[in-house]
Amino acid sequence: MKYVDEFRNAELIKRTAEEIRRLADPDRRYRIMEICGGHTHAIFRFGLHQLLPKNIDLVHGPGCPVCVLPSARVDEGLEIARGNDLIFTAFGDMMRVPGSHGSPLEAKARGAEVRMVYSPLDALKLAQDNPDRRVMFFAIGFETTTPSTALTILRARERGVSNFLVHCNHIMVPPPIRAILDMPDMTLDAFIGPGHVSTVIGCEPYRFIAEAYGKPVVVSGFEPTDLMQSIAMILRQFRDGRCEVENQYARALPWDGNPAARRAMETVFEPRESFEWRGLGFIPGSGYRIREEFAAFDAEAVCEAPGVTTLPSDPRARCGDVLKGALKPSECELFGTECTPETPVGALMVSSEGACAAQFKYAHVTISA
Amino acid sequence: MCLAIPGQIRELLPDDEMAVVDVMGVRRKISMQMLVDEPATEGDWVLIHVGFAMSKISDEDAREQLRVLEAMGDDADAQAEARGYAFGHAEDESGGPAS
Ligand code: SF4
Repeated sequence: MKYVDEFRNAELIKRTAEEIRRLADPDRRYRIMEICGGHTHAIFRFGLHQLLPKNIDLVHGPGCPVCVLPSARVDEGLEIARGNDLIFTAFGDMMRVPGSHGSPLEAKARGAEVRMVYSPLDALKLAQDNPDRRVMFFAIGFETTTPSTALTILRARERGVSNFLVHCNHIMVPPPIRAILDMPDMTLDAFIGPGHVSTVIGCEPYRFIAEAYGKPVVVSGFEPTDLMQSIAMILRQFRDGRCEVENQYARALPWDGNPAARRAMETVFEPRESFEWRGLGFIPGSGYRIREEFAAFDAEAVCEAPGVTTLPSDPRARCGDVLKGALKPSECELFGTECTPETPVGALMVSSEGACAAQFKYAHVTISA
Repeated sequence: MCLAIPGQIRELLPDDEMAVVDVMGVRRKISMQMLVDEPATEGDWVLIHVGFAMSKISDEDAREQLRVLEAMGDDADAQAEARGYAFGHAEDESGGPAS
């Protein structure tokens, strides 16, 4: 049992929890989606949901980049690398993400040349150090990470590196939120916006959620106090009949984000017509591809992957319903039995930012005020 | 990869748009290309993501972010990530990872 007093600002958390209880109208339910996987991790890690009144549900959103990457992209990336004799590089989180023929780590065990990197610049350096090989960076991530890949491609061009390729799987936060809001069985009332993504895109891109869909958004920091305060700010909007985008994280997050990072991103990338999300299907305008001007660095433009096939996923896996907030992780029949962090069937079990892994890992965390 | 790691700038390397930062005792080179609009100076704290400084933060916020990493049990991962940045090594005068 963990007590609130162990936290820094324990007093503030208690006071905010009381304020939330006062603000919550007992005659209704509140379903609040935290978009960011980092928030999901923090909520489970600290057991914050247990401090909330019963009529407030936290729903875990699609903001974990490895969790939403579909098998087909993993399959294609690995096949491009295999068929063209490339060194496959990716972040550590990516290594255990299941494709339909296994994860990058399993491909490595079968003899593929797969290396983990901590930065796209590491992949570029690997290319510079191995001029007789071609190195592909399997790029994943939301707008937090996309500018780093863009700047790495710009650097590669500047330095005339011709053996560096990127397989681009970068995705955006706002389009899946719109897709979820458009679902016929949608029951969400409000959103906790992602702090780090917003340091790049700022708070403006969430305006449609408040204005077109009538759902409050509060962009939040990552401390327990931040998340509790963001929930209180959402409830205050309901109490006052307001519906706005608010910035709880203003101490670190300028409203306009980081224009320099966006410029780099827009120089190198453009939106795809459509991109597939694990569990959510194809969503229009939700992914980035490399602009034609930079085609020499685009693995999809330069390399063929004729042999790539994607197998259907296990029909018992309910990742899609969990991602949409329609099902709790433990309600999936594979949860904790066939699907565990060591043997993930679905990608929500791979990273502690995925709802299934977070719930599995922190099931023992209980908290009381 | 979703970590945002606070680091303090020790030395600016403007020719390369890089800087040497101190991340929980680990010294590494990171890229400063995202901060062209709000140039940082030595002693400033920045939030680092996959080898790039994303934003400048106050001393107080840096301390707070470090506490969050620790409380989340992510501090070892953050240190491993910073230690893992390999792109700066070849130019390290010390000839290897300084920590
Ligand atoms: S338990 Fe596994 S298969 Fe079931 S929803 Fe979660 S990640 Fe998907």
